[in-house]
Amino acid sequence: MSNILQVNNLTRQFKSGSKNLTVVDHISFSIQEGTSCAIVGPSGSGKTTLLGLCAGLDRPTSGNVVLNGIDIAPLSEDERATVRNEHVGFVFQSFQLVPTLTAIENVMVPLELRGQATKDVRKRALSLLEEVGLGDRHHHYPTQLSGGEQQRVAIARAFINEPKILFADEPTGNLDTETGTHIESLIFNLNQQEGTTLILVTHDLELASRCERIIRLKNGKVDSDTKISEEIKETVA
Amino acid sequence: MNLLWITKMAWRDSRSNRKKLFLYMAAIIVGVAAQVAITSFKENLNTSINEQAKELLGADLEVERNSPIQPEVIAYLDSVSEDQSTALAFTSMALFPKNGATRLSQITALEGDFPYYGTLKTTPPEAATTFQSLNGALVDAPIMMQFGLEPGDSVKIGFITYEIVGALEDVPGQPVAASFIGPRVFIPKNNVEATGLLQRGSRLEHKAYFKYLDEIEPEVVREKLDVMNDTTDFRFDDVAERQEEVGQAISYLSNFLNLIGFIALLLGGIGIASSIFVYIRQKINTVAVLRCVGTSSNQAMGIYLIQAGFMGLIGSAIGAAIGVFVQLYLPVLVADFIPVDIDLYISWTSVLIGIVTGVLISLVFALFPLLSVRKISPLFALRSIEVGLSKLLGIGTKIALYIAISLAIVGYAWIMLRDLGAAVFFTLGLAFCLALLSGFAVLIMKGARKFMPAGWNYEWRQGLSNLYRPNNQTSTLLLTFGLGVTLISSLYLTQDMLLGTINFGDEQDLPNLAMYDIQFDQNEGVNRIIEENGLEVIQNVPIVTMRLQAINGTETQVILADTNRTARRWTLNREYRSTYRDSLVSTETLEEGEFIYSVSNLDQPVPVSVEIGLMEDLDIQLGDTLVWDVQGIPISSYVASTRTVQWDTPQPNFFVVFPAGVLEPAPQFFATTVNTPSRELSMSLQQQIVQTYPNVSAIDVGQILDTVRAFIDKVTFVIQFIGLFSIITGLIVLAGSAATSRFQRIREGVLLRTLGAKQNQVIKIQIIEYVFLGVLASFIGLFLSVGTSYLLGYFYFDIDFTPNFAILATEVVLLIILVLIIGLLNTRGIHDRPPLEILRTESA
Repeated sequence: MSNILQVNNLTRQFKSGSKNLTVVDHISFSIQEGTSCAIVGPSGSGKTTLLGLCAGLDRPTSGNVVLNGIDIAPLSEDERATVRNEHVGFVFQSFQLVPTLTAIENVMVPLELRGQATKDVRKRALSLLEEVGLGDRHHHYPTQLSGGEQQRVAIARAFINEPKILFADEPTGNLDTETGTHIESLIFNLNQQEGTTLILVTHDLELASRCERIIRLKNGKVDSDTKISEEIKETVA
Repeated sequence: MNLLWITKMAWRDSRSNRKKLFLYMAAIIVGVAAQVAITSFKENLNTSINEQAKELLGADLEVERNSPIQPEVIAYLDSVSEDQSTALAFTSMALFPKNGATRLSQITALEGDFPYYGTLKTTPPEAATTFQSLNGALVDAPIMMQFGLEPGDSVKIGFITYEIVGALEDVPGQPVAASFIGPRVFIPKNNVEATGLLQRGSRLEHKAYFKYLDEIEPEVVREKLDVMNDTTDFRFDDVAERQEEVGQAISYLSNFLNLIGFIALLLGGIGIASSIFVYIRQKINTVAVLRCVGTSSNQAMGIYLIQAGFMGLIGSAIGAAIGVFVQLYLPVLVADFIPVDIDLYISWTSVLIGIVTGVLISLVFALFPLLSVRKISPLFALRSIEVGLSKLLGIGTKIALYIAISLAIVGYAWIMLRDLGAAVFFTLGLAFCLALLSGFAVLIMKGARKFMPAGWNYEWRQGLSNLYRPNNQTSTLLLTFGLGVTLISSLYLTQDMLLGTINFGDEQDLPNLAMYDIQFDQNEGVNRIIEENGLEVIQNVPIVTMRLQAINGTETQVILADTNRTARRWTLNREYRSTYRDSLVSTETLEEGEFIYSVSNLDQPVPVSVEIGLMEDLDIQLGDTLVWDVQGIPISSYVASTRTVQWDTPQPNFFVVFPAGVLEPAPQFFATTVNTPSRELSMSLQQQIVQTYPNVSAIDVGQILDTVRAFIDKVTFVIQFIGLFSIITGLIVLAGSAATSRFQRIREGVLLRTLGAKQNQVIKIQIIEYVFLGVLASFIGLFLSVGTSYLLGYFYFDIDFTPNFAILATEVVLLIILVLIIGLLNTRGIHDRPPLEILRTESA
C-alpha cells in the first residue's frame, strides 16, 4: 500500500510578542492509504495545528507535507484549495456548516465548485443525506437542525467528493455521548465503505482507539506512535 | 472561475441576510435619487431652453445703450429686419393712488409689437396687446396682489397717471426672480416724455428689439455688429448668445447642485463600505469553510462582489425611481430663477447614468472589505480567531484602492465641473475633511480608552467604553454624519454671513432711506418735507454727470480704438456721476496722495480723488491727468489722491470726488439720505415726497433687505434641499450601522439585566453612548463648517466671518436629539421583555 500522507520534519512557529513559539516541532510520519490514524494529546500539544498543516490549511515554517503524492508546501493558496477540493474531506468539531445554505446545498458545495451538473450532484447529495439519516431534512437550514444532525450533514459534505483522505477535528467534541457514538459509527462506516483514509484529532482516547494507529503529541513533538491491534480495539469497544 | 456557481452561491448566501442588505442598499438610494433628479432636471431644462430659444429674447436681436442708439446702427439693422420695437428702461417710483403705496419699480416704456417670439402673459390676456393703444399700464402680478390692486385701478409714474389694464404674469426670457429687484411696470413709449422722468440725471437704458427678415443669417448680422462695435459703443445680444448664456448659467447651477448631491452618494459609498465590513466579519467562518472545501480566493470574493454589485444595482434602481419623482418637485424650487417654461419628461440617459454611478460607487467602496475576503485563511474554520479585516489588506492594496477612489471622484467632478483644477480641489477638500474626521474618530477612541475617569460611575464608564470597543460606531458615525453636518451647517453659516453683510438697516446712526434724482430746484422742497416729518437729513449730496474725455492727453475715443489698450472699456464709456465736497466721508479711506478739500484757481488742473478699483481698471497712476466732459464743458484734472470706498452701504458713494469750488455752477441734482425710526414713517415719507416730486426715487433699505433676504432664502433653500440628501444618507448609514450592532447590544443589555442591572441602567448606558457620539459628531461637523465658512468668506466673498453661535447651538441640540432617537429606536423592545425570550428570538 502506498502512502497517502507524508509529513517530513514539519515545524510551525508563531510569533508571540518578540518570541517565537514552536507549536509543531520537527514532526515526521507517514500514513498509508485506506488506514485510520488518531492524533491525540493534551490541550496545546499542537494537534489542531498539525491537522491544519497536513490538510494544507496552513503553511509550515519548515518541512513539507506530501498529500496523495503532491508536495503542498510550494503550492499557492488557490492551488492548495484545488487539492483540498479534489482529495480532502473535513469534519469539524463545531460542524462549520454555511448558515445560509440548506442541508443539501451545504453537502453539494464541494462538487458544485468543480462545475459538475447540478442534477447529478443533487442526487448524490440526497443519497448521502439519506445514508446519514437526514433524507427528509435536506431542505432545512443549519439553525433548524440539532447539533448531531448538523454534524451528520457535515459528514455527508465531507464524503461527497469521494475524498482520498478525511480530516476530522474532534468530531464528537460538541455532542452528547449517545449522538457522539452515532456520529463515530457513521464516520468509521463511511470511511470503510468508501475506502477513505481517516485522520482524526481527538483527546477522547476511546474514540482514538477505534483507529488503527495513534500518534500521541506532547509539546509539539511526537511522544509515541502506536499501532492498535484488533484485540485492543475489541477490548476498548 | 465558475461564474454560475458563484452567482448561485451569492444568491443562496444572501437569503437570511436580505433585511440587513436592504439597509446597506438604502445608503446608496438617496445619493442616486439626488443624482438622477438633478441630471434629468438639467436635461429637461436644456431641452426646454433649446425649444424656447427665441422666446428667451423675445426677438432675434436686442440692442442696448445708455444713450440713444446710434443712427448708423439702426440704419443697418433696418435693412435686415422686417419689424422692430423700441423701449426705454429706467427705474422710478410707482405710486398707487388707490392706497397711496409707493414702490421703486423697473419701468419699461415700449413701442412696437415686441415680443415677436413668446408672449407677454397678462391677466386679462388681451392687455398685453392693448396697453399701448389704450395708453394704460401693465403692473407685475405679485405687487398687484400685495397692494390689493385690480385692472381698472391706476398707477402714477412721474407726472402721468395710467390706468392699469392688466397684471403682468410673464415676460419672455425673464425669470420671475427678475421682479425681485423691483416690480416691473410696462407703459407705452409714445408719451413717456410727459412723465417728466427723462430729464438730466435719470439713468436711461435705450433698447431696440429686431425681428429679422426670413432670409437673414443671424451669424452675418452678428459679425457685422461685432465690427461696428469696435468703433461704436453699444451692447447687443442675439438668440444664440442668449441661449448660450442661459444654458451656461443653468449648467453651472445644476453642476454645483450635482456635486452637493454627489457628496450624498459618496457618503452612501462610505456607508456601504462600513456595512460590508461588518457583513463580511460575520461571514468569515463561512468563507473559511468554503475555502476548506476548495473554493478559490477569487471565487470567495466573487460571491460577495456579486452581492455588493446586486445590492448597488437594486439600491440605485430604487434611487433612480425616487429621483424621477423628486425631479417633479425640483421645478417648484427653482421656477423663479428659470427663464423658460419647463417641459418635464423622464430622461432615461440620466436614469442610466445614475444607476451606473450608483453601482460603481457601491463596488469601488465595497472593494475595501471584499479584497480582504481573499485573505481569509481556511484555517479560521479550525480556530475562531478574532480577525481585523482591514489588517488583512497589504499597504500597497490599500494605497491602490485609495488612488482608485480618488480618481473616480476626480473623474466625476471633472465631468460635472468641466475644470480639472476645480475637480482636484473638490476631491482634495473632501479627502481633507474625511481624513480629519477619521483622525478625530481615532483620537476619540484612543482618548476614551486612555483617559477613562476611574471615578465615574458604571453607566458612564460603560457608555464611554462603547466608543472604542469592537464593532463600535465611532468612525462610521463621525465620517458620515460629520460630513453631512459640515455640508448643511456650512450652507447655513454662509447664508447667515451673506445676510449679515447687508444687515445695516438696524444700525441707529446709519441712513436707511436714500432718495435719488432730486433736481436742483426740488432739493430744498425735499429737505423741507423731511424736516417737517421731524427727521434729520444725514447727507445731501450734489451729483454732477460727466464723461471721461481724455487720459494723459489722449482722447478716450482713440484709446477705445486701440486694440492694445490696458484700460477697461466700461471705464472709458460710462457716464460718471461725481460729487464735490471738502472732506472724506465715513465710508471712505484715503490710500495714497493728498485729499484736496477746495480750490480757487480754476485755470490749473483740478486735483481729484479716484476710487482705487477704478484706478486699476483705468490703469492710471497718481498724478495722471484726466479731462472730463461736464455736459459740454471740458474740465482738466489730475489724480491727487486715491480712496478705498465701502460700497456695500446705503449712502451714495462715488468713483470720483472733486474738491469744493469747481463744480458748483454745473447742472446738478441731489441725493439725500435720512434715518427713519420706523418702516411706517419711511413709507409715509416716501409717499409725501413722490406725490410732490414724482421723479424722485427712494431706496428703502428695509425693503431691499427684505428683497435680498427673500432671494438668498430661495437660493439657499434649493441648495439645502439637495444638501438634505446628504443628511438623510448620513442618518440611513447611521441607522444601518446601529442595526448591525443591534444583536451585540441586545445581548449585552440582556446579559447586564441577567446579572441584575435595572432597566433604566441599561437605557442610561445607551443614552450616554449616543449622546457622546451625537455631541462629538456634531461638534466636529460644526467645527469643520466654521472653517469652511471662514475660508469661503475670506477667499470668495471677502467678508470677515464671525460664526453665529445661536445657529451653532441650535444645530448641536437638534443633531444630538436625532442621534439619540436613532440609537434608542435601535434598542427598542428589549427593555420590557424577559431576557430569555429576547436571546432566543434575536439569535434565531
